[in-house]
Amino acid sequence: MEKIYTRTKTIQEDKVSGFCPGCMHSTVIKLIGEVIEEMGMVDKTAAVLGIGCCGLHMDYMAYDNTTAPHGRACAVATGMKRANPNTLVYTYQGDGDLASIGLAETMSAANRGENISVIFINNGIYGMTGGQMAPTTLIGMKASTAPKGRIAEEHGYPMHMCEILNQLTAPAYLVRTSCNTPANVNKTKEAIRKAFQNQLDGKGFSMVEIVTGCPTNWGMDALASLDYIEEKMLPEFPLGVIRDR
Amino acid sequence: MARVFMKGTEAVAEAAVRAGCRFFAGYPITPQNEVPEYFARRMPEVDGVFVQGESEVASINMVYGAASMGVRSMTSSSSPGISLKSEGISYCAAARIPMVYANFARGGPGVGSIQPAQQDYFQATKASGNGGFQMMVFAPSTVQEAVDMTYRAFDYADRDRNPVLILADGVIGTMMEPVELPEMKSDEEIAAMKAAKGSWACVGHELDYAHRSWIQPGQWSTARMQEVNEEADALYRSWEKDAQAEEYMVGDAEVIIASYGISARIAKSAVNVLRAQGVKAGLIRAVTVNPFPYKAFDRINYDKCKAILDVEMSIPAQFVEDVKVGVKERCPIKTCLCSGGNIMSREAVLAAVKKIMEG
Repeated sequence: MEKIYTRTKTIQEDKVSGFCPGCMHSTVIKLIGEVIEEMGMVDKTAAVLGIGCCGLHMDYMAYDNTTAPHGRACAVATGMKRANPNTLVYTYQGDGDLASIGLAETMSAANRGENISVIFINNGIYGMTGGQMAPTTLIGMKASTAPKGRIAEEHGYPMHMCEILNQLTAPAYLVRTSCNTPANVNKTKEAIRKAFQNQLDGKGFSMVEIVTGCPTNWGMDALASLDYIEEKMLPEFPLGVIRDR
Repeated sequence: MARVFMKGTEAVAEAAVRAGCRFFAGYPITPQNEVPEYFARRMPEVDGVFVQGESEVASINMVYGAASMGVRSMTSSSSPGISLKSEGISYCAAARIPMVYANFARGGPGVGSIQPAQQDYFQATKASGNGGFQMMVFAPSTVQEAVDMTYRAFDYADRDRNPVLILADGVIGTMMEPVELPEMKSDEEIAAMKAAKGSWACVGHELDYAHRSWIQPGQWSTARMQEVNEEADALYRSWEKDAQAEEYMVGDAEVIIASYGISARIAKSAVNVLRAQGVKAGLIRAVTVNPFPYKAFDRINYDKCKAILDVEMSIPAQFVEDVKVGVKERCPIKTCLCSGGNIMSREAVLAAVKKIMEG
């Protein structure tokens, strides 16, 4: 019988996922790895990992990687790409990393049109540190540092990073996808492929924002988190291509 | 080689280019703005990269990234900006990424003053970021020395896979002096230096866990984290051989000035004046401030030496703490200090020495 599906070689053979049940990091890491393998870039890729659950990526991947200080991934990636333009450089960052502590680095790299690809995991909460409020936390959504839920008057509103970066002239590709359904997983994979291809084509800054769940810190089971994404997250963070040039 | 007349900041930048530095990221801050400005003009001429970062924080992280690709990389700043770089410096030290940075120090703490100072001594030599890492720190007292130290700093950084700091000050940075510039590394030499880092740099590797490049500014395993720190500690201890000091008229001296950087240069001129007046003064100048040249203080004839005079542009005194370790209570230590961006005056040094002699 012909084997038509195998695990991507970019993930360690002997590794078992340590991510929480229902976490979509493992899905996205797999998609990134598959795209890198399909593009023939396995020995020409360097990942820049953010701090937080994103950093767990390093335990599974079989290709080159570094870890940036919290929020600084786009600056580290800028240095890497400019120093070695033939390497495919991508960042892998969460919402706290990219949109809170790293907002300046993200905005500035996008504004320079750095020829890098940014994979942005938006689950509306700080994962590794235990469910604190993120810049993307929904209004009313409870967090350990917003026990009554996010209150607009006190905390402001969820930040829409694709739309914010869309105010800049330089970015090439800004897209928001999700991994809550098989169809959306496939769309996410194609978005990652396009972001990487843009870099190989020298088009400049691409960002794929992926709306995901965090059942552990949302306080619900994996299936319920899929409903929450559909019913709560996606109305706030509508999917689609925001910029493609 | 022909002598050229150059400003300290620009001479340091040119020395870095000649050492094979092909990536610089920096952010404006007085008194070192000519460093990024010089690189902005110079890097395109040598196929190097200059980036004006959006902050000091971003700039050091760009250097972290570029150096992770095996390219000789540098950043520079002045005191408050160096504080902002602390996080990235700590990451470079943790991940054992070779890079060079310069501090053209100004008054502090806080935004301090834009004039020259030596208020960053502890930060430079004891705790340049979290986690207890160390770096080799060179303290130039002339523009020529700043050039030579910068040129060699990249070799030390590569040798140790560790950051190296040029601890200059606003005088060294803004002063113009004749300098002899070192030889320009050839493109072939620069390519070979980068290739030599290929085993660990993030330039792409065979696809498997064992061969991948894994730049690790931290460890999951506490056992491994301890091992990494033990390896780093062994490296830091190995630097004892690299400690450098200038010992000037120390042999018969009755008062020995201990100083570094621009203060030591001013103090040396005071020694010359004193000797002309028949006062037996001498100078120990720390050329490296980490490793600190403690052994130079063992060579003092304590039967003759009445006192050590610590001369530094810092209040409270900081350098004096290392001098105390070197002197080991074998004679009294006095201080001659200024701060706030005031430059040490020779007259103040002369008066302090005479006061000791009159003792």
